[in-house]
Amino acid sequence: MEHESLAGRIFRGVALTLILVFFMFPIAWILLMSFQTNEQILRIPPRLLFEPTLANYEALISGQLHTAAGNLEITFMHNLWNSLVLSSGAVALALLLGVPAAYAFARFKFRLGETIAFTLLSFRFAPPLLVLLPLSLYYQELGLNDTYFGIIWVYQLIALPLILWIVRGYFEDISPDIEHAYRLAGHSWREAFTRIAVPLAGPGIAAAGLLSFIFCWNNFVFALILASADKQPVTVGALAFVTASGIQYGQIAAAIVLSVTPTLLLALYAQRYLVEGLSLGAVKG
Amino acid sequence: MAGLEVKSVTKVFGAVRTADSLSLVVEPGEIVAVFGPSGGGKTVLLRMIAGMFEPDEGDILVGGRSIVGALPERRGIGMAFQNFALFPHMTARDNIASGLRAKGRADATSRVQAISRLLKIEHVLGHMPRELSNGQKQRTALARALIGNPDVLLLDDPLRNVDAKLRYEMRLELPSLLRRGTAAVLYVTQDYREAMAIADRIAVLVGGRLEQIASPEEIYLSPASVAVARLFGDPTINLAEMMPFTEHGTLFAVISGARVPLGMADALPADRPYWLGVRPEDLGISFSAGEDAMPARVLAITPMHEKAVLLLRFEDGKEWLAALRPDALNVAAGDAVFVRFAQEAVQLFDRETGLRISLSHRRQAA
Repeated sequence: MEHESLAGRIFRGVALTLILVFFMFPIAWILLMSFQTNEQILRIPPRLLFEPTLANYEALISGQLHTAAGNLEITFMHNLWNSLVLSSGAVALALLLGVPAAYAFARFKFRLGETIAFTLLSFRFAPPLLVLLPLSLYYQELGLNDTYFGIIWVYQLIALPLILWIVRGYFEDISPDIEHAYRLAGHSWREAFTRIAVPLAGPGIAAAGLLSFIFCWNNFVFALILASADKQPVTVGALAFVTASGIQYGQIAAAIVLSVTPTLLLALYAQRYLVEGLSLGAVKG
Repeated sequence: MAGLEVKSVTKVFGAVRTADSLSLVVEPGEIVAVFGPSGGGKTVLLRMIAGMFEPDEGDILVGGRSIVGALPERRGIGMAFQNFALFPHMTARDNIASGLRAKGRADATSRVQAISRLLKIEHVLGHMPRELSNGQKQRTALARALIGNPDVLLLDDPLRNVDAKLRYEMRLELPSLLRRGTAAVLYVTQDYREAMAIADRIAVLVGGRLEQIASPEEIYLSPASVAVARLFGDPTINLAEMMPFTEHGTLFAVISGARVPLGMADALPADRPYWLGVRPEDLGISFSAGEDAMPARVLAITPMHEKAVLLLRFEDGKEWLAALRPDALNVAAGDAVFVRFAQEAVQLFDRETGLRISLSHRRQAA
């Protein structure tokens, strides 16, 4: 690599810092807010130095919110659990259905193949509200309203197209000769799929799974309409902090920190795997 | 019993007949090179045998048993691919052993050792494919194809992606390596020298049709058609269109101003157009004129390996190539020279069909 001038290095440092501050500031501010009481948060001007409090987290974890208007039950931990169940359930189902489908679309040309694949992708274009009304009517008829399975099913609209299209690209990048070679060595197509195609597309499957997990986790409107309080994820549950005695900024901040943490940890863990996988894909065997 | 038998196999993709009624027999222990220009259908033929495509018509037999419709893993075929097709997530050892493990062979370890010693890749068995050089990858792929002692071994241009030095080495090593077993070997290549160096017989595949199947010498000395003659030889054969005529019981042709005797009058029907072909190395260059010599000017001289190639232009504007030993060369570019060739060096092909006109008949007559 060529040596860049001092001015260039300084400029790059400054630019990077600016971008970093721009994107990280809201997150940092939320983190700070989560350790402050409502009074401290609403103080003008805001202060960077304050006495941190764990009250927000205590309230969330214990499920008891003490406000001026009295005690309030909050179900945040249950919402968090719901989010986890719904998102991982949806991703697991989408992987189970989407990975074999992606393989089929990548390897075999069949009638209407492209059309079917594109139709599945088009679910991502449609605004959710467009399908929600008919869906909620169907769900009432089918008894799927307010069930985990019902929401996991509707989350397939989010997860399945993503997994299908990302993983399909990874399968297409694998030379079919590699699978042919494995079959000629005496293995069935099922073995070629599970031991060659899936491991080689592993990074892609992980990336698609992670991405669809985050999208499912962040979804708001499906769960708002199709689930009652008992089955709602954190995104909907956060509404509970808008109380009669005002908006509980501290608790909201703490709730955000808690709900962001799992996806953040997942992304950090998967990142290592993704980089390793990408370098594997760069050198074709 | 024949190792591999391909019986009038036809495969059509869209409007293209990629394989047009191909028939071919490879005996156990025999190496047949499938040679031809790209797009000639070589790879498709291999893939039909391996079971990646099924033929539209015809039959393929291994050891006398039809394998059409059988699953690839049940065909008893080993294959090495042009792009190696190693399993990138397995070590070289696991790549080589993958076939044995599938069959539950207990002696997998010792056999991997034996084959990798033979191919000189013992020291890299623990490496992943991405850590191997192209030559090592290619040897690993060969080991993987060879280890199961398959009845039929398909090699799809295995030396295409390795460097020149290694290609020469492998050309020397491969024949003995491939003849160790009793496999019927089909070796696809786009390099006629490779085909001639490695194979017992060469099958020339052009445009989905087998033009000729014969020993390397026979193909070079008596190609079945103009198309085959053009494919073998570097520089390629010189061709001239001509209409022979009879004079005093002898057949003559006029080529670029020279009267060339072709033999007895009854050797072939006169007054019909033919291709006359002469290999560049069969041309003689001198400064002495004559009725049988074609006057020409040397346009350029290119040194090539052990010979020099001359580009000659005749008075009628035609250009031919001559290949001479450099030490026999006393001409320079721009010289006016006279070109001769012996009657025995002439190859004749029908102008319409491109098929060879037998010379043996003519020699007998003369």
